[in-house]
Amino acid sequence: MTEEMTGAQALVRALEHVGVDTVFGIPGGAILPAYDPLYDSTKVRHVLVRHEQGAGHAAEGYAQATGKVGVCMATSGPGATNLVTAIADAYMDSVPIVAITGQVATPMIGTDAFQEADISGITMPITKHNFLVTDVADIPRTIAEAFHIASTGRPGPVLVDIAKDALQKATTFSWPPVMQLPGYRPVTRPHSKQIREAARLIAESRRPVLYVGGGVHKAKAAPELLRLAELTGIPVVTTLMARGTFPDSHRQHMGMPGMHGSVSAVGALQRSDLLIALGTRFDDRVTGELSSFAPNAKVIHADIDPAEISKNRHADVPIVGDCREVITDLIAAIEHEHAEGRKGDYDEWWTLLDGYRTTYPRGYEEFADGSLAPQYVMERISAIVGPDAYYASGVGQHQMWAAQFIGYEKPGTFINSGGAGTMGFAVPAAMGAKMGSPESVVWAIDGDGCFQMTNQELATCAIEGVPIKVAVINNGNLGMVRQWQTLFYNQRYSNTDLQTVRRIPDFVKLAEAYGCVGLRCERPEDVDATIRKAMEINDVPVVIDFVVHQDAMVWPMVAAGTSNDDIKYARDMAPKWEIED
Amino acid sequence: MSTHTLSVLVENKPGVLARVASLFSRRGFNIDSLAVGPTEHDDISRMTIVVSVEELPLEQVTKQLNKLVNVLKIVELDTVQSVQRELMLIKVRTDADSRSHVLELVNLFRARCVDVAPDAVTIEVTGTLDKLEAFVRVLEPYGIKELVQSGMVAIGRGARSITDRSLRALDRTA
Repeated sequence: MTEEMTGAQALVRALEHVGVDTVFGIPGGAILPAYDPLYDSTKVRHVLVRHEQGAGHAAEGYAQATGKVGVCMATSGPGATNLVTAIADAYMDSVPIVAITGQVATPMIGTDAFQEADISGITMPITKHNFLVTDVADIPRTIAEAFHIASTGRPGPVLVDIAKDALQKATTFSWPPVMQLPGYRPVTRPHSKQIREAARLIAESRRPVLYVGGGVHKAKAAPELLRLAELTGIPVVTTLMARGTFPDSHRQHMGMPGMHGSVSAVGALQRSDLLIALGTRFDDRVTGELSSFAPNAKVIHADIDPAEISKNRHADVPIVGDCREVITDLIAAIEHEHAEGRKGDYDEWWTLLDGYRTTYPRGYEEFADGSLAPQYVMERISAIVGPDAYYASGVGQHQMWAAQFIGYEKPGTFINSGGAGTMGFAVPAAMGAKMGSPESVVWAIDGDGCFQMTNQELATCAIEGVPIKVAVINNGNLGMVRQWQTLFYNQRYSNTDLQTVRRIPDFVKLAEAYGCVGLRCERPEDVDATIRKAMEINDVPVVIDFVVHQDAMVWPMVAAGTSNDDIKYARDMAPKWEIED
Repeated sequence: MSTHTLSVLVENKPGVLARVASLFSRRGFNIDSLAVGPTEHDDISRMTIVVSVEELPLEQVTKQLNKLVNVLKIVELDTVQSVQRELMLIKVRTDADSRSHVLELVNLFRARCVDVAPDAVTIEVTGTLDKLEAFVRVLEPYGIKELVQSGMVAIGRGARSITDRSLRALDRTA
């Protein structure tokens, strides 16, 4: 079936065909032709945000809550460049989004025209792929290709830059188009020989650990992971990007590894003789000093991106494939090993690990003056709101506390900026998650620094009817930077004091100005009532200003560039590894 | 560090060279030589890239290149199992006395004289990098006024072609 229409109409029709129901964006000159037919679409809802960065992060939050491709749209030049941070963020965390930008008309390209920026050149290193479309006939095919690339293999952002004249010209629309991607062939089926080798190593190992990253949830493999863990009895650590992929309450869960991981998770990796790394990339925040990371462990590394395997740490058994297929095949191979009487014995390993757990449990410092500890706020939010909600966080101390002190039981319920560490992620990402999953409760866990970077999207939330809850963990400082100044810069607090204790801005008034409900909580005894009140308000967004003590620190901590063995569970307090050995 | 020659088949589309070149620079790999040109198939271009890296980083370069959507195929060409050539044009100062000496060297190196002026000749020479360097050394005493050199192009020995299978992939999507 073919139909005559403009390029702009073809774009909107193509978006409808690939199943887009929500687009976050802001119009402007070059993208204007696309906004006219978008106005008529009954299938695609356009959400007018207040800043393009918000559109990008909202698309990320939407993608992570739905498993679908998130879409953002902007005009040429500054509209497009404002998307760059969110695109870079999506690239680092493998979030499937498609960014559609208007470009100046083809004859103007390269002339430094008004609002011209070479956005395909700018985003080349931070997109999985990008396109510059100058021929109207290419629009439907390019959209199909963009969504295919963003959502398959290792997911990631794809940018489609469309020249204004291509949007305006007439074309013949037909669907589906034939994709032309001869160089794009992601491998999803793992090699059976490698699977058998992995099963053999697992049966032989004495101290194995399932080191689980964000790729497991992206492959929708959480149920398979649970089966694998329970079949083998192997301890599990979940990275920042994998929180919730394995239930926190499960007795085999050792916590989060890394710079601010639990002693039990970090200890398990360091003492391991076999890492079963699934959909994870040996990030420096997990490994600490690479040369002393898990020094006695062999490595089975499964990832859909071959370039991640042996990039940072040599893999003894490399497995390229989709994590769900890998784990399913592993389960079958291990069952075969068990049937042959080869089953790993991990009792001694568990004795050691349980020792770490009981000796070094999660904890935090409370303040004698009765002021609020941020960790307590997290514990209470977790207890009252529960594991069915989505939690989106910004970046910094509050993010780490949200990772540590909120109990995650379901995959994908913790949405945060891991690789890029983008401050300001929480509010727009929570908005996107709530729009993708309107029935779910969505909390943004934010810091006072982060909140001031993107809180303009509260206006979008209030107007579009997106009742998110925002917990601003307000310590008046750029807290994580301040913590490093405390530890490594002789308490010289250069430019980290935001002075929000002076109520500039007053977050309650700011919330009210945005048409939201603003609440404030400064004492531990008020925390529960404040959270419950926020939970009762479901027609407008709620912002809670949790005024917390500025000296609260994130522990445990592995100082940057040092060995995981030198983890401190509180200031100058190092665990004794050897006593349990 | 060892030198490796990569033959990279890419889709003949705008911006592909920029994608490949910027990948090398942002991943911290230096390109010793780069040559791009058409192949026997209109839709495929071929890049010959020479890099000096250890074995492990080379594996990383190859994997990263393979992730580029426009890259069809990467083959590392072994120096013994392939033919490598570079092209050089050299403008050498000559006068009536020295011209015959220079032309003798041109013959010895199986080079060609492509332009003659009263006080200079321009010479075309192809070969491996070693041969070109040797040629430059013998011409240096006469005075090299200008020199331009292409990147290396290379092709595997024997009957096998590295483009065959990529062509089939292209045909499937056409």
